[in-house]
Amino acid sequence: MNGRHSLAAAHIGVAVGAFGVASVMGVLQALSVADISFPYRSEALYYISVTAHGVLMALVFTTFFIMGLGYALAQESLGRIIGRGLAWFAFALGLVGSVAAAVTILRGQSSVLYTFYPPMKAHPLFYIGATLLIVASWIWGGIVIASYRCWRREHPAVPAPLSIHGMLATIILWYLATAGLAVEVLGMLIPWSLGVVGKIDPELARSFFWWFGHPLVYFWLMPAYVLWYTVLPRVAGGKLFSDSLARMVFILFVVLSVPVGFHHQFADPGISAHWKLVHTVTTYAVLYPSFVTAFTIIASLEVAGRMKGARGLFDWIGKLPWGDPFFASVALAMISFTFGGFGGAINAAFAMNSMVHNTAWIMGHFHVTLGTTVALTFMGATYWLLPRLLGREIRLPGLAHLQPYLWFVGMALFSISYHIAGLRGLPRRVYSGSLTGEYGASWHGLTRLAALGAVILFFSALSFVTVVVSTWIGGKKIQAPAFEFASPLRPVTALGVWDRFGLWTVLAVVLVAVAYAYPLLHLFAHPRYGSPPLQPF
Amino acid sequence: MHVELYERIWMWAAGGLLLLFLAAIFLTAGLHAVQPPSHVETVDPTTLASDPEFGKPGVTTRADGSVVVSVVAQTFSFSPDPIEVPANRPVTFRLTSADVIHGFEVVGTNANAMVIPGYVSQFTVTFEQPGEYIIGCNEYCGTLHHNMVGKLIVKRESP
Repeated sequence: MNGRHSLAAAHIGVAVGAFGVASVMGVLQALSVADISFPYRSEALYYISVTAHGVLMALVFTTFFIMGLGYALAQESLGRIIGRGLAWFAFALGLVGSVAAAVTILRGQSSVLYTFYPPMKAHPLFYIGATLLIVASWIWGGIVIASYRCWRREHPAVPAPLSIHGMLATIILWYLATAGLAVEVLGMLIPWSLGVVGKIDPELARSFFWWFGHPLVYFWLMPAYVLWYTVLPRVAGGKLFSDSLARMVFILFVVLSVPVGFHHQFADPGISAHWKLVHTVTTYAVLYPSFVTAFTIIASLEVAGRMKGARGLFDWIGKLPWGDPFFASVALAMISFTFGGFGGAINAAFAMNSMVHNTAWIMGHFHVTLGTTVALTFMGATYWLLPRLLGREIRLPGLAHLQPYLWFVGMALFSISYHIAGLRGLPRRVYSGSLTGEYGASWHGLTRLAALGAVILFFSALSFVTVVVSTWIGGKKIQAPAFEFASPLRPVTALGVWDRFGLWTVLAVVLVAVAYAYPLLHLFAHPRYGSPPLQPF
Repeated sequence: MHVELYERIWMWAAGGLLLLFLAAIFLTAGLHAVQPPSHVETVDPTTLASDPEFGKPGVTTRADGSVVVSVVAQTFSFSPDPIEVPANRPVTFRLTSADVIHGFEVVGTNANAMVIPGYVSQFTVTFEQPGEYIIGCNEYCGTLHHNMVGKLIVKRESP
């Protein structure tokens, strides 16, 4: 292992491990929903697998990958990681926490899904383990910020490297988001699960969960955007079209992506329609930076194609390196996001949400967004990172070339099927698509198609893990290639308004306060009863 | 900040599109009161059995002819079941849970709400198509969540 990058490599190793386990859990669910029998199929196994898939994919894979990426970027772009010892401590903390939570899930003691809504109660170690992972990520954020501040003292007058600008925005957003989670888990769930508190209010807990739950998706998406802006144009052989707009995009995410949580609670009682409408406006606003990103990235790719001699309107597309696994992964991820983004606009559409709320549509939706846009970007980035982190050549390159395309095809089948099944009313999170055994004629064919997609996805995931493991243990030793970032057409050379992180953070905090203070106080204005813990699993 | 012309056009167009989306939402919300179920009312989930309304869940017709359906969701059923309501008349559902969080989705319609212990969810719908509908629980509520299915019978009004 390349010593400078051992921290980053260790984190990415854990991420890939979690991803591998979660993939098995994924295919089991899709088969179960389609009523395809397999050994040991049972309700209990199904809900264990839903919980494990959600927690391992959404929390462990993503958080560890992002921490690894942050360390790699700090090392390369800032030339340092301040506090390596502490970083290894945080790594151990996150790993122990994740394993503890995973063990209680696999033992069937915490089948509460990754949303863990009370009054359904998990094993206390589930909440404590998850907390340790979050604390590890807080330490990681502090280390990246400290490394940046140290760099800043030496470079007082230039803007941060774009990759670091994006990571800093990600970290600020993460602190804002996890504040809500901390209130829920530390203030409500842990004392209640240990029996210190008898009853807690499920709706209050849900509101704090979604304070965290939506910015969580931007915590995943922003590092993906960092890779799109700073690595993709370079791999494609071009230049970043607009440096300054990229900086604006990251700041807009910091400001806008937390006060949006009620769009996950449109169907909830206890929150007035007016406040749901306020969160609708912010939800649409946070689509805007993604629109800007779409233009900048596609323009950067066009620049790449033209630098390679393309002349016509569209032939630059053919000049792009579709055989490169990083490029193919990100390009396919972006195509998915076009559909996912518009699906998201439908989910956010206040009343239209009633047609799709908690149906299979939602599963279809977050698998094209997070399950492809983010996950495929991270997989592609792993192919790009491994030689740089380990000093080894990618083994089984043929498999690595094929894998992103397999993922895309599998996901198209899976996601389109579930979108349509959801519109026809298939509820979410059901062990069997035929429900009690007598329903589901209008969606049964679709659940089978989705299961076929899931099997393809599973083979894609298996290919990915195989390439990573065989590269790690047997890849040919090479001089680690340099981290080459895209150079912008028009670099930003002076500090500007988008570098004022303190100012934007204050604005973000104010917006969160405006969006949440009154509705949460309103909950307290009514008699509240609370619920004791229950374990119907 | 320098922004290329085409990019500037794109940014204005994207902003315009989002405003258009929001305008559609605000217009329907303002003019036709199209909104998600957002009732604010609480009830003690541990003493539902002695609650005057949810102790005896069922369908009642008010003096003005409007229909109210009080439903208690619990693992893993809805009561009452089946629910019988008339077609083409506003039906107000009032839902609460006796234990964990449930969902209440009349499959094939936009009657879809979370059922949260301690709270009363309320919304009003008019069913135009007589017939039998499935009511599915669409929030995970435990091992037999998929078995939590109720029936809604929409009856044609006798003239």
